[in-house]
Amino acid sequence: MYRYDEFDHAFVAERVAQFRDQIERRISGELSEDEFKPLRLMNGLYLQLHAYMLRVAIPYGTLSSTQMRKLAHIARTYDRGYGHFTTRQNIQYNWPKLAEVPDILDELAEVEMHAIQTSGNCIRNTTADPLAGVAADEIEDPRAYAEIIRQWSTLHPEFSFLPRKFKIAVTGAPNDRAVTRGHDIGLRMHRNIKGEPGFEVMVGGGQGRTPILAKTIRGFLPVDHLLSYLEAILRVYNQLGRRDNIYKARLKIMAEDLGAEALAKLVEAEWEQIRHYTLDLPLEERQRIAAYFAPPAYDDLSADHPALDEAIAADESFAAWVESNVYDHKKPGYAIATISLKPHGGIPGDASAEQMDAVAGLAEQFGFGEIRISHKQNLILPDVRRADLYRLWQALGGLGLDTANAGRVSDIIACPGLDYCNLANARSIPIAQRISERFTNIKREREIGEVSLNISGCINACAHHHVANIGILGVDKKGTEYYQVTLGGAANEDAAIGTIIGPAFDEWQIADAIETIVDVYQQLRNSDENFIDTYQRLGPQPFKEKLYASDQARKAG
Amino acid sequence: MPLIKHGKLVEDIWHETDDFTDVQALAPLGPVIVPLDVWRQHRDEILAIGCALGLRLAPGQTPDLVATDLHRFGVIALEFAKFTDGRAYSQARLLRERHGYKGEIRAVGEVLRDQLTFMLRCGFDSFSLATPQQARTILEAVDDFAHWYQPAPDGRATIPTLRRRTLDNADRPASDCAAAWAY
Amino acid sequence: MSIPISENTAQAITANRLSDGFVVYLTARNDWSERFEDCQSTGDEQTAESLLARARHHADEGHVVSPYLFRIQHENGKPVALGRREIIRTSGPSVGTDLARG
Repeated sequence: MYRYDEFDHAFVAERVAQFRDQIERRISGELSEDEFKPLRLMNGLYLQLHAYMLRVAIPYGTLSSTQMRKLAHIARTYDRGYGHFTTRQNIQYNWPKLAEVPDILDELAEVEMHAIQTSGNCIRNTTADPLAGVAADEIEDPRAYAEIIRQWSTLHPEFSFLPRKFKIAVTGAPNDRAVTRGHDIGLRMHRNIKGEPGFEVMVGGGQGRTPILAKTIRGFLPVDHLLSYLEAILRVYNQLGRRDNIYKARLKIMAEDLGAEALAKLVEAEWEQIRHYTLDLPLEERQRIAAYFAPPAYDDLSADHPALDEAIAADESFAAWVESNVYDHKKPGYAIATISLKPHGGIPGDASAEQMDAVAGLAEQFGFGEIRISHKQNLILPDVRRADLYRLWQALGGLGLDTANAGRVSDIIACPGLDYCNLANARSIPIAQRISERFTNIKREREIGEVSLNISGCINACAHHHVANIGILGVDKKGTEYYQVTLGGAANEDAAIGTIIGPAFDEWQIADAIETIVDVYQQLRNSDENFIDTYQRLGPQPFKEKLYASDQARKAG
Repeated sequence: MPLIKHGKLVEDIWHETDDFTDVQALAPLGPVIVPLDVWRQHRDEILAIGCALGLRLAPGQTPDLVATDLHRFGVIALEFAKFTDGRAYSQARLLRERHGYKGEIRAVGEVLRDQLTFMLRCGFDSFSLATPQQARTILEAVDDFAHWYQPAPDGRATIPTLRRRTLDNADRPASDCAAAWAY
Repeated sequence: MSIPISENTAQAITANRLSDGFVVYLTARNDWSERFEDCQSTGDEQTAESLLARARHHADEGHVVSPYLFRIQHENGKPVALGRREIIRTSGPSVGTDLARG
């Protein structure tokens, strides 16, 4: 993992002191709320329905056990004993007091964390494949580049007051686990024919009320040029992005208006002018950062573990957990384990301080003291010996963290919704709870197989409902919550935007509607198909027919 | 309006006017800042007056539009219509880095303390302020940060550069940095 | 969002306290309370506007942030919020009672 040096430490300490001063000036009345709001947002501090909310960055989704214990400590000391892990590799605290926020930030700085640019119209926390560095399918480890982007984008003098928020995601694997095409800039690593690593640069993706998938404007950018190319994109956007209408201010709208080709031309022309400047990091600095991500001291282990196979054969619950929650590791004898934060009937993404502490301990016991955060709002232990999987699973059971549903229908992404959020039109969490309670039978979930179900409480789409196989959007109709369903979205390398299936359902119908959709799929699927395969083969019609059959009958009658 | 230039409260010698109906009337005013649109309409007439000239660029007006004339201006004023509108940061950097502009770059409009360091880094060296009180407090922001990550027109050594120096002095191989997580 | 206005509906003012962000209500004593029961309510549109003006003054002075009027009615002598958003605001997140105000 990256470790701060004296410069990183000094910088974050200065940022905390600056924000402490800004808060003091707000409390003293020197700053008005209008002046303070953009300043607090640039440090991740919102004012929500009940209280302030502090969003803390977990850069590219990587946490140490020490950091996780600090997050638990903050939840206990300054908040109400829990935190909410988000789709953008952040953790949110729902009840911090304004006057105590600088103390929270001081505590975070002690463990090399911060809340810099987790909101505001600036370059947000850079996200990455949560399996970076360990996934069996990886071409190149993107973490060093994500860290380079983190440093470059931190309080960037030119790009801190952009037309709108700006999100960058990086992956080094062909299987996209970072929703790269849902970002303003998606970077996907490839190797050229000489074997050198580089980036495919995709721009203009985003969700919200106008979901658009990013388009490739450069097939291969040598890694040496990463920062100058990013700077070129940002400079074009900062100058030409719309500032007259908040809904048209994202890069995606500019990319649509201009067309990807014209935008690419502008970017390339700007890049030509700056690519020979000193911006790009010298090789030695890149190597310095990359050294932090050197593989830990793995043992040479056998890939075969008869004891594990026996445990899988003997214990159906464990077998289910291994099937859904364990991924292949690039190192033989090791595995990657997902810790689901989606207990049936629970709050997606929430973890208590006790759970955080316990996971920190498990990461040390069954790994190298490292934890990952996924955009699915789950935790991941990246370096578990296959031989330890059974013991890990048993330990998780005692913590309520052993739900065998990663990638299943009850692994629901949900935003905080109207229960916490000032922008929401409808509640998300209770809907997620009701739906997941319909699928408590693990056998049934295994049969249903891989499917994504995301619930956003408003059109800002924080829960990525547009790119879910089954997406749910909460809307307000004359004071009543309704839920609109989209089908056919995908967040992976075959990213797609879902389409609305028909009229919305009320809060009491929506769980039934989801069950109906799942039933139709199970009836019509071919043997090995996942939900998305069946949907793509058959289209929306069979789902529509069944969902709205009673409406049809009523009309006919 | 109070003006800070190169870190000090100074008297503003520049005159600004929106009235360009009679270009000849500008002459007695002395050094004058003209908006880009006026410059493009009346360039030769304004040049004929012979007084010192400054230019004002609105947000979104790229310095490229007037690249060959930049040397004629002693000051270029860039507007922050709102402090949240960050287009002037790009304009300032382009003036300094692309066009090699050496004159004064002045921030006008909503110029607040918490944006001062960004402005300084992007090449602004003077700031037109709303009140004299603001002039006293705004300069405190200059020392908020000792070092920054990105190269910028302020020419300060960046953190990556300073790291290289530290590394050279210590003669330490980079791989030694991969410390374990222990406190 | 339109809420049917019946005979006994009234309006009250809520805001967030600047220093800690917690939800507060404007009281008849012209200060702010965390207890919803303490809110000053009025059935009269003009009085409501003057309450809001008072609340905005408090916001300008830096005591509270984003004050606004919302509709309530009285049940068994206690105020009850009418809008869904304000029901959640006055009673805490609907997802777990242990997380509500306290």
